Amino acid sequence: MSATTQPHGIIATFEKTPDLMRAATLVRDAGYKFWDCITPFPVHGLDAAMGVRRSRVPRISLVGGIIGFCTGMSMIWYMNAYDYKLIVGGKPFFSPLFAFPVSYELTILFTAFATIIGMFVLNRLPMHYHPVLKYDQIHRGLDDRFFIVIETRDPKFDPAATRALLAQAGGVDIIELAE
Amino acid sequence: MSADSTTATFDDAPRSRDSAHVHHASEHPRPAILDEVNPARLPRATLVEHGRSFNWITEKICGIIEGKTPAWWWVCFITAAFVASWTVMGLIYLVSTGVGVWGHANPVNWAWDIVNFVFWIGIGHAGTLISAILCLLRQKWRTSINRAAEAMTIFAVVCAAIFPVFHIGRIWFAWFLFPIPNSNYIWQNFRSPLEWDVFAVSTYGTVSVLFWYVGLVPDLAVLRDRFFNAGKKIRSWFYGLFAMGWRGSNRHWSNYEMAYVILAGVSTPLVLSVHTIVSFDFAVSLLPGWHTTIFPPYFVAGAIFSGFGMVLTLMLPLRAVFKLEDLITQYHIDCMCKITLATGTIVGYAYAMEFFIAWYGANPYEGFTFINRAFGPYAWAYWIMISCNVITPQLFWFKKIRRNTALVWILSIFVNVGMWFERFVIIVTSLARDFLPSSWGYYSPSVVEIFTFFGTFGVFSVLFLLFIRFLPIMPMAEIKAVTPQADGHAHSHH
Repeated sequence: MSATTQPHGIIATFEKTPDLMRAATLVRDAGYKFWDCITPFPVHGLDAAMGVRRSRVPRISLVGGIIGFCTGMSMIWYMNAYDYKLIVGGKPFFSPLFAFPVSYELTILFTAFATIIGMFVLNRLPMHYHPVLKYDQIHRGLDDRFFIVIETRDPKFDPAATRALLAQAGGVDIIELAE
Repeated sequence: MSADSTTATFDDAPRSRDSAHVHHASEHPRPAILDEVNPARLPRATLVEHGRSFNWITEKICGIIEGKTPAWWWVCFITAAFVASWTVMGLIYLVSTGVGVWGHANPVNWAWDIVNFVFWIGIGHAGTLISAILCLLRQKWRTSINRAAEAMTIFAVVCAAIFPVFHIGRIWFAWFLFPIPNSNYIWQNFRSPLEWDVFAVSTYGTVSVLFWYVGLVPDLAVLRDRFFNAGKKIRSWFYGLFAMGWRGSNRHWSNYEMAYVILAGVSTPLVLSVHTIVSFDFAVSLLPGWHTTIFPPYFVAGAIFSGFGMVLTLMLPLRAVFKLEDLITQYHIDCMCKITLATGTIVGYAYAMEFFIAWYGANPYEGFTFINRAFGPYAWAYWIMISCNVITPQLFWFKKIRRNTALVWILSIFVNVGMWFERFVIIVTSLARDFLPSSWGYYSPSVVEIFTFFGTFGVFSVLFLLFIRFLPIMPMAEIKAVTPQADGHAHSHH
């Protein structure tokens, strides 16, 4: 296939949230894989209507948290009990108790960074160029309209059938998006 | 119609993952008794008045940034910058002369600087409470105030950090606080609560900025597209850079919402731990009046109390100036007043309990400290604290007072004043008269100290004014999500 002439996909506009929900259910049930909804806010229940799996961000957060806690504990042990034994008031050189507050804060710090980096990486952001952003009505998708984009690389994609499905689902202004 | 309105009011009810298609279908026969039950109608409070559309919300909030800079903004900005210059001059004088330009002297070596530090950090806590704890508790009224409250948090942490850093005296050694190898080959003492505080406050500042930024990303994308369409390419490029190419994809929103909930989940223990650790700075010492186990919860309640005072102080004028009454409704003000009332009452309880334990604990030094606080040389500060923190919030019991916006604003100022005096009373009275009468003293601030402190209100205001000029003061996406038309399940209405 020549990538130069192939469009990115077909985009359809929906005016109201329930319309989008119904349309998303139809597209999901038609078996499409490479498609997306563009919404100005997170629509409650749309993940289920689209068949999007539960986000994998929490796994990355957990790894970040564990690394943070271990960093805190080992850093304090290394600094106060191994590298330079610091004698203060006859207290032990290392104890998990006094190391806890700092390790706790580092757990949170590392979890926060892991969560945010994980979210951006899973979303493949930053991506400042994207065909969807070239759509001249895209600003409406961040304001008060909803879009469904079905990509041409989807194995089920067929210009006429896909267009018909979006029309049947209640979409208006159904047009092709250039790559 | 009545059945419709019932489903619409309980808009949180369908929550199962496949609710999109089955939530109205009943697979099991409905028990007959349910027809006789008449459940109470609990209408949800309207969070956006006058049934405003999505587009109205976008135009309203973006309009603040896109419009011409109002004259009042310049007046406020120049005034704030002038006031901020007091802090700058005070600090330059301190660095070039020495920490002695502040009024500290034996026995009071922690005074206004630590008071101001705890005061500003405490103010920040309401922002995190609103953005994190209320998010976890699904308190949807937080949406219209959380952005500004988080901004307040960050700017308050900036103001707070100034004081301990400059209290070091030799500011160029401030990096010794962090575990960076230095030429003495000595590491920090991690048994000290002061070192815990370094980690707590720097983590708090960092996570607050991250949380704030993640919340901003979708709104920055809105501004990117709007400025692009208006032909303002440079501004569009700048907002677009930070918007990360956000395009409103629901596959993105899915990860985004999960990340947001996790950040709320980690910020909640964070905000509680930060003021707990701040209170350890005192509670871990042996000084009468500081060495008490009540300090962590008492400090956290006080922080939230003072923070909500500051949120009211900031949001009420913004609401009036930008005509945001449809977004910050009377219901929002009621909620904020009630939290101020609840935390203020906890603080009042803590004052009473400290006094009780000082007597019940039968420690003569502890007993003396509290008698001295209420009737000693600093009694004036103690009674300002009591009247502002214990009496003022009790007025919020009355609906009439909560509905009088001007009065609520004035009362919120009293809360701020009272909470500053609380920290003054705790820190200064305990240090000024400890175990040995021969070492007693009386602390008064120097002029430099006074100007440095009042200047931080200018620093805070400068940052806050820049925020309201260049960033959306409310999270548009989140507000849209709590409007009735955002509900995707309202099949029966069509």
